[in-house]
Amino acid sequence: MTGKKLTKGNIALAEGAIQAGCRYYFGYPITPQNDIPEYLAKYLPKVGGTFIPAESEIASINMVLGAGASGQRAMTSSSGPGISLMQEGFSYIAGSEVPGLVVNIMRCGPGLGGISPTQGDYTQAVHGGGHGDYRNIVLAPASVQEMFDLTIKGFELADRYRMLSVILADAMVGQFQEPCRLTPEKPVVIPDKPWALTGRAGRDQRLLKSLYLGPGEQEAHNLDLQRKYDEVKKNEVMCEEKLLDDAEIMIVAFGTPSRIAKTAISMARDQGIKVGLLRPITLFPFPERQMLHHSERIKNVLVVEMNTGQMLTDVRIHSHKDAKISFYGRPGGGIPFPNEVLNEIQKALEK
Amino acid sequence: MNKTFARSECLTDAPTHFCPGCTHGIAHRLVAEAIEELGIRDRTIGIPGVGCCVFLYTYLPIDVLEAPHGRAPACATGMKRAQPDKIIFNYQGDGDMAAIGTSEIIHAANRGENITVIFINNSVYGMTGGQMAPTTLLGQQTTTSPYGRNFQTEGYPIKMAEMLATLEGVAYSARASLHKPKNVIQAKKAIVKAFEMQINQMGFSMVELLSTCNTNWRVSPIEALDVIENEMIPYFPLGVFKERTGKDFL
Repeated sequence: MTGKKLTKGNIALAEGAIQAGCRYYFGYPITPQNDIPEYLAKYLPKVGGTFIPAESEIASINMVLGAGASGQRAMTSSSGPGISLMQEGFSYIAGSEVPGLVVNIMRCGPGLGGISPTQGDYTQAVHGGGHGDYRNIVLAPASVQEMFDLTIKGFELADRYRMLSVILADAMVGQFQEPCRLTPEKPVVIPDKPWALTGRAGRDQRLLKSLYLGPGEQEAHNLDLQRKYDEVKKNEVMCEEKLLDDAEIMIVAFGTPSRIAKTAISMARDQGIKVGLLRPITLFPFPERQMLHHSERIKNVLVVEMNTGQMLTDVRIHSHKDAKISFYGRPGGGIPFPNEVLNEIQKALEK
Repeated sequence: MNKTFARSECLTDAPTHFCPGCTHGIAHRLVAEAIEELGIRDRTIGIPGVGCCVFLYTYLPIDVLEAPHGRAPACATGMKRAQPDKIIFNYQGDGDMAAIGTSEIIHAANRGENITVIFINNSVYGMTGGQMAPTTLLGQQTTTSPYGRNFQTEGYPIKMAEMLATLEGVAYSARASLHKPKNVIQAKKAIVKAFEMQINQMGFSMVELLSTCNTNWRVSPIEALDVIENEMIPYFPLGVFKERTGKDFL
């Protein structure tokens, strides 16, 4: 599938994975992401790839670990409950520095919750979930086009830093349809992997492991990982900065709420209220520098999320100390309407 | 002087961390010899489970991936599918495979993943200090079954070799023991056979090895050998429970 076509978010993501050179998919069914495995079950074999309907999400993520350790681009996808089951694997993948890609098309929770869109898994994705001192690269698409492009980007970053890339999208981005350019922005290059486990023919033994029991070994490993994460923070921040130059109030939102915010912003500007948008595209690394820079001038900050305030914590940490931060959130499948956001803009300005 | 026995080139000379009397070292040697004799060292990748077997890479100079507890069959699945020309084996203990990893082992076996699994059954969780495992014998006292395993509250010991033999995807499932020279020779044959199954693309192969854990059994190394003979083998009979001879599954 190539060219510009009306495409569903999940399908754009799955096609992006194939075009990124991913040939291994392992997954367990869960709504609202089933279009991804169904598409890959059909099309991966046509390009010589492997699709395994795994027995659980625990198995899926460990299959990703095995294929990733072999030097291949591999992925799984799921939603809330399944992603929770994978957290053990996330931690081992981080510890043994194996690249991989995991898609979370978020559904609401806790527990079985519901299948409506939400952003309730921000904290799990960005600040942990699994045990130990580790990070994942977290990418937050807000359009069908970004579902395609950020999947390719996710594989690229995973390989470059030997980390897990998480595509964190809400069910809305996964399910809606938009025109999408189904060709990569630039040619896909898969790098050499001189660390991959391929059998020791003509070279020394290689290990991929996370157990370090010797005195100081684990601390040294943690510090090595931290240096890598610092590199990611320095080099890989992506965000959209829209209408911020003259803004008196700045909305911070990612994914679907950023799209709703854009409508609210044009409604506000029609009324003469100067509103801008800072949209993190990478949630880790978080656009810390941009957050500080803009909030130094635009003191009024409104965070809009489809949860009870998760990214809000990061916005608070990285905003200028004098910034006045308000929050509007709809959890549990609630989707903010543009007029609700406009109302919050007005309230924030009156404070 | 004739040299009649030498350390396998697939076994390093690192002193093992295993307790004196533990038969893990023998199991490692047999796996190393099998890999050497089959000429597959340079294309073999090992995936140990979590437990006393986790330091596999210290003793076998091959590529090794560390798997989360119980997940080695899933890691091996991903690796074998990505590299079908490589020889992939798991080396798991009974807590790893028969408790936390039952789902992964059953489904890898049922899919007929063309991998080999070495399964060490010493009836306890060794590394964590001898807690009760699903393989613990009835009446056996452990740190978490201080009054002896009772079938009414803890159920019966699980027979992995027999259970896996019922699955269509399994090409080879056998149980051997490491407590006597004769048994060690039989165990070696079973391990070689299991690897041959993979080399010949016959499907999933597994060898269960009855192994001592004299430290946690609170007996001497010699008494531990008798425990295998008199207590384990009567419940865990030795033998081949499944052996595919042709590609009749195709």
